Amino acid sequence: MRRLLFIVPAIVFLVIAGFLAIGLTRDPAELPSALRDRPAPDFALPPLPGRDEEGFARAHLGGEPMLVNVFASWCVPCRIEHPLINRLAEDGVVVHGLNYKDEAAAARAWLDELGDNFTRVGHDLDGQAGIEWGVYGVPETYVVDADGRIVHRHVGPLRPEDVEQEIRPILESLQR
Amino acid sequence: MIVELGHFALVVALGLAIVQGTLPLLGAHRHDLTLMRLANTTALAQFGCITISFAALTWAYVSSDFSVINVYQNSHDAKPLIYKISGVWGNHEGSLVLWVWTLAVCGAAVAWWGRNLPLPFKARTLAIQGLIGVAFLLFLLLTSNPFERLDPAPLEGQGLNPILQDPGLAFHPPMLYLGYVGLSVTFAFAMAALIEGRVDASWARWVRPWTLAAWVALTAGIALGSWWAYYTLGWGGWWFWDPVENASFMPWLAATALLHSAIVVEKRDTLKAWTILLAIVAFSLSLLGTFLVRSGVLTSVHAFAVDPDRGVFILYMLILTIGGALALFAWRAPIMQPGGAFAPVSRESGLLLNNLLLATATATVLLGTLYPLALEIVGGGKISVGPPFYNATFVPLMLPLLIAVPIGAMLAWKRGNVFSALGRLKLALAGTLATAVLTFTLLDAVSLAAALGFALAAWLVFGAIDDLRNKIGLFQVPLRRVRQRLKGLPASAFAVSIAHAGVGIMIVGMISTSVLQSERILAMQPGESTTIGGYDVRLASIAEVEGPNWTAVRAVFETTRNGRPVADIVSEKRFFPVEGQSTTQVGLDTSFWRDLYFVLGDQTPEGTWAVRLYVNPLAAWLWWGVGIMSLGGLVSLFDRRLRVGAPTTATAHRGRPAGDPAPAAPGAEARA
Repeated sequence: MRRLLFIVPAIVFLVIAGFLAIGLTRDPAELPSALRDRPAPDFALPPLPGRDEEGFARAHLGGEPMLVNVFASWCVPCRIEHPLINRLAEDGVVVHGLNYKDEAAAARAWLDELGDNFTRVGHDLDGQAGIEWGVYGVPETYVVDADGRIVHRHVGPLRPEDVEQEIRPILESLQR
Repeated sequence: MIVELGHFALVVALGLAIVQGTLPLLGAHRHDLTLMRLANTTALAQFGCITISFAALTWAYVSSDFSVINVYQNSHDAKPLIYKISGVWGNHEGSLVLWVWTLAVCGAAVAWWGRNLPLPFKARTLAIQGLIGVAFLLFLLLTSNPFERLDPAPLEGQGLNPILQDPGLAFHPPMLYLGYVGLSVTFAFAMAALIEGRVDASWARWVRPWTLAAWVALTAGIALGSWWAYYTLGWGGWWFWDPVENASFMPWLAATALLHSAIVVEKRDTLKAWTILLAIVAFSLSLLGTFLVRSGVLTSVHAFAVDPDRGVFILYMLILTIGGALALFAWRAPIMQPGGAFAPVSRESGLLLNNLLLATATATVLLGTLYPLALEIVGGGKISVGPPFYNATFVPLMLPLLIAVPIGAMLAWKRGNVFSALGRLKLALAGTLATAVLTFTLLDAVSLAAALGFALAAWLVFGAIDDLRNKIGLFQVPLRRVRQRLKGLPASAFAVSIAHAGVGIMIVGMISTSVLQSERILAMQPGESTTIGGYDVRLASIAEVEGPNWTAVRAVFETTRNGRPVADIVSEKRFFPVEGQSTTQVGLDTSFWRDLYFVLGDQTPEGTWAVRLYVNPLAAWLWWGVGIMSLGGLVSLFDRRLRVGAPTTATAHRGRPAGDPAPAAPGAEARA
């Protein structure tokens, strides 16, 4: 019996090694969405000045797959990804913008400069809507299906390969 | 040419390590003197080869040879010379060369200074060291070769991460590695003991100096990293329970436990299997730390290399080394003869309590570090484990341990009495009470935590003084006898008191910087003033300055107290154009009583500047405390009994060598 006790350290180590081995196959930077496959949260955001419609709210989601892009004028990577967002919109994808913790005038100027193809833009000054969505940082892009459920979340700026290999295939599978 | 020579030297070292790892083991098994002595030669030769290799890499950095990929990726001509040199180990590949070099230094040290070790034991120890060297040299040569060339050679390098261009960094990794690798020596000793099937008092005596040296280096290394983070990163703290910090802390906890349990093995010939296990675990935690920071399994603010391929190699290494060692332990440790019994209240049990608490603390830190990974794997989502967890678990474990320290030192071996121990701690009790009352009244009832923390620190410091006082008999025997005793006192007696007192002083610093810190975060513009912690601070100027390889915005804070000038504190935000990164230079004014810690932040849209001002009372005591702890360890290394040749395993009571497997036959007592 006492002899059996001596093998415990070796067994504990093997368990730890097992976890570490599995851990090597994962990407530690991957941040799963807490809301994956859940209905999008309730929110209602005012519009940006100069965009004369009603802003962006929960009611605008659903009916068809759409993208929600979280952006801000103070966010450098957002500038880099914005042409891709514009191109997606030009291809007929509905893209809404969530302007996160930004000054309205600055956001307005930013969109004027880089091109505004968003269907709707909500101005989230205090970040409350962002908290509801589980926004971790800027930029982020969410794919919402026709039932208003969050199907995918991309953290960080979209690169061309992300659009081709990630976003478009998901949208296509949702259209079917 | 020199670079290729360095590469070649590593390959030769690998060959030497393979020889060292195999033949001496065979020689020890067969009592072949030549094969056993081979270990000494190969250890010294390995040291020579790897020194050549290390020198070659350093030369490549110093001469800015950008045809070497490693130099290209991590250096730049405009870098100051000292950072060209420290840049050698400021990256994954170069730090591994530092690792194997330290391993070779330790191997050579055992070969050179281990003259009083019995040859078979020494041969086995060096063989295990050789095998560890084989693993790391293979890793180095196969996956992380620093000597690879780039053709055509670029004209300029990519530079070194500016955060790393700092004097503190120059010493932090070498110190840490000395600690990690020093633990490999105790590991090798433990393995040799398992192979031989015997642990006795002399084993504990041989292990002690190596454990001490490794512990001192590890203490200094961790403290340097912590101090560096404090004055460089500008976050205001010195410990964040980051996985990489924990990776260095766990071996330290295990090494501290090992230091204490080895005493019991030496004095009372018991707790042997446990001590062997600790020696294995301490080095295993070092290896685990190597894995964690280089494999990308955990995200951390300062993970070295995020490379799963390398991670796989290290994992195999871990499984072979640690798994093999623990398997050997499971197989051989049960034959260790259990030694002297001791009462539930005795110095042995005090040291056992020390070990249990430290081991639990180590397991807790391990759990906290690996829990996010484990949880994610079983599908429980992604979480992070931070200070709240450790404050809730680690701190409550340390409290009883620290309270027990002075009492344990007063307990007698085999059978002690807590009350008589306390009776010898009259000065400590008085000092603690006085400190508690004083702190409580001076700092208002708000700081109950501070009062208790300072009381604990006083308990440790005065307890250490009492320990020494009892040993020399001050106030108990005539002064002449006291002076005699003082002269005859072994270094280790002083060392114990110094080290324990150092812990107390460190705790003063820890408590006051956490509980008594003053903080102000605000936006200021030049000419504006504010107050913090009794000081008046005026942002005198914001200016642009230039350095050798950076440009910066510099803020000067004129600080006064009660109208008298204290210091002009300078904080900068530096931008390094080559690397395209920014760093913050903290404005730090240190004194005996407090640190003034001012950090310049970003410019706000309105044109003012965000600044963070901290007053950290008694912050210097933290670093001095750790320094005193290390000093205690160093003093202990000079103890007479570690230099005088270890006695041969003398026949103990019952006429058989201590520690040998107990003979089954009842008539065995007759054997000499």
